[in-house]
Amino acid sequence: MLSTMKKSRRAAPAAGHPTPAAAVVPENAVELRDVSVSYGTTVALSGLSLAVARGETVALLGPSGSGKSTALKAIAGFERPCSGRVVLDGVDVTDASPARRGIGVVVQQYALFPHMRVDANVAYGLKARRMPKPEIAARVKVMLEMVGMEGHAHKLPRQLSGGQQQRVAIARALAIRPQVLLLDEPLSALDASLRAEMLLELKALRAELPDIAMVYVTHDQSEALTLADRIAVMRNARLEEIGTAEQLYSRPAGAFTAKFLGGASLLPAISTTVVPDGGAMGSVLAGAHRMKAVAPFAVNPGGRVLVAVRPHAWKLAAGSPAAAAGWAGDGAGDGYTVNSLPGRVESVQWRGAGHRLQVDLIGLSERVTVDLPAMAAVPAPGDLVVLTVEPQHAVLVPAGEL
Amino acid sequence: MRTAAGPRVTPALVGSARVTGAPMEGPASSFPHIPGSWRSWLWLAVPLLFVAVFFAYPLAQIGAQSFQDKYGAGVGLANWQYELSSAAVQKATAATLKIAALSTLGALLLGTFIALALSFVPFRGAGLVTRLIETVVSFPSFLIPLAFSILYGRTGVVNSVLGQLAPGLPALNFVNDVPGVVLAEVAFYTPFVVRPLLAVFSQLPRELLDVAGSLGSGPLAIVRTVILPAGLPALAASAGLTFLLTMNEFGIILFTGAKNVMTLPMLIYTRSIVTFDMPSAAVIACIQVALSLGVYCLYRWTYKKLSGANHAAAR
Repeated sequence: MLSTMKKSRRAAPAAGHPTPAAAVVPENAVELRDVSVSYGTTVALSGLSLAVARGETVALLGPSGSGKSTALKAIAGFERPCSGRVVLDGVDVTDASPARRGIGVVVQQYALFPHMRVDANVAYGLKARRMPKPEIAARVKVMLEMVGMEGHAHKLPRQLSGGQQQRVAIARALAIRPQVLLLDEPLSALDASLRAEMLLELKALRAELPDIAMVYVTHDQSEALTLADRIAVMRNARLEEIGTAEQLYSRPAGAFTAKFLGGASLLPAISTTVVPDGGAMGSVLAGAHRMKAVAPFAVNPGGRVLVAVRPHAWKLAAGSPAAAAGWAGDGAGDGYTVNSLPGRVESVQWRGAGHRLQVDLIGLSERVTVDLPAMAAVPAPGDLVVLTVEPQHAVLVPAGEL
Repeated sequence: MRTAAGPRVTPALVGSARVTGAPMEGPASSFPHIPGSWRSWLWLAVPLLFVAVFFAYPLAQIGAQSFQDKYGAGVGLANWQYELSSAAVQKATAATLKIAALSTLGALLLGTFIALALSFVPFRGAGLVTRLIETVVSFPSFLIPLAFSILYGRTGVVNSVLGQLAPGLPALNFVNDVPGVVLAEVAFYTPFVVRPLLAVFSQLPRELLDVAGSLGSGPLAIVRTVILPAGLPALAASAGLTFLLTMNEFGIILFTGAKNVMTLPMLIYTRSIVTFDMPSAAVIACIQVALSLGVYCLYRWTYKKLSGANHAAAR
């Protein structure tokens, strides 16, 4: 499937786009300036400011109701902001209809016109733009070749699989040669294996469209991490945090991002050292346990923080049961190794590529998630264990609400 | 109480659930599943008897009367030859089809417009308007011409006001003629178009319209290329139903008091009730039935063709 999609990639639609070198164009293809959207008294998007550069992919990541799809609709013109401005290529389009924005949109259920054949679907935007018929036929052919659907041109959408429908939707969106491509959870209707396959195809397609700005809405962190140059984490109608995947994953600035992106366990702690602004290694007390962790922000002694640890960063200390037995008495510990925390295994879940443990930490009233590699020795539920984490794999985040 | 009630209910539920998968035990649960059983024929006999007594026999009687004279003696095709060559029957047939076609066209245009507005133009009171339109269906059809007569009749409210304001003006006089009948039928049958279209439009994914807009289509183009194609089967069904109903409409024409509007139902009424010419009425009734069946077959064929149009396009 991937090979068929790759076959005609040279015929990418961006070929006709003005390049930054050919004409003076604003650097940002999309700009949202303090955009808010409300439905009656419900605020769906609150003061979002975001810029997407030409050739950049930004993923809007967040749970349901976080405002990510509303942000996309505001860019597309499907929702009118109650305040703020939407700027495309330096032009304020806040009051412009979707038809005048020239944006390609791919939605969750693809929204192919059910009464039109595949070729007519792809030609739809070109006909709306009153392009001459011969040019339409040629462009449709190129688009269908690009997504490997040239053999299905005369079929109806209902005769196609989910993956094929998605390809047609992408071809239709790209046929009008948009400067901005918006994708609203395009893979969520596919099964797991097809989703993984299409994710790779989208990444390959992205490489063939260097001038197009893409905004990709998803609640799946793996899609965001795979495709996006930058990820905007959304929560409660607001932008929580934005940065590169590496930044957000390794050094999340907030508890929500740490939890949502990578499922970090968050341990409440109190700082015991001074960390200057700019970041350094900090020492904290999590309950009675001494821990060292990367502190990306200034911290003072006595300051409340959270220690974020990814599930795969935890290790089981050698000889864990015996070691943990020493902790289990009063749960307070007596100066054991830094970043070593005793706990009792609550559950063990086999996930094929490894095991996932839920461990109740002793003396902390916290449950953490631990991912063990496939070949590791696996404790049984009820076993006492000692968890350790390398200081550079533990990150302090401000103690905010989750 | 709740504890006591539980066990009494449970066995019954379990028992009924078991019937589907287990071998049949009692006669009460087994006979509907045994093909050819005399009990199955008994169940079928009641509706068959009803249809035979109240539909097939009267229809057969009408058919038989069309080949008899007033005294019940067989006359062969004489009645048919006479009526089919009669100018009155030919004019009535033409008038029936003309009024039905105009009414259907009017109801389709008005109904589509109303359904589009109610579905896609958000405004306060849209729900109330929908309920009002639905209510019209529950009215007897003669209420509309009655209201028309009160308002626009020769001695109606509008003519009275016009007479006072501009005495020289000729009085409005359309209620008792074809335009009055057509307008009344359009008013009465428009909800028959609106209702199914509203159902179809409510199922139309909003994303289709959004994407069509983003691809460059304006509102009118979206209606033409996305919304109406989706509503086409419903439109065809509504058109067929409305044409059938307006073709057989009697109450509205009677209540308009339209002396100049003689349709087939009116002609049947005149021949059977006014002049007691039953053989003649029977022939015209047969013509009416044949027309209805023809329109129904055309409607089914069109609907099937439209439903299968997408498949054909794919081939």
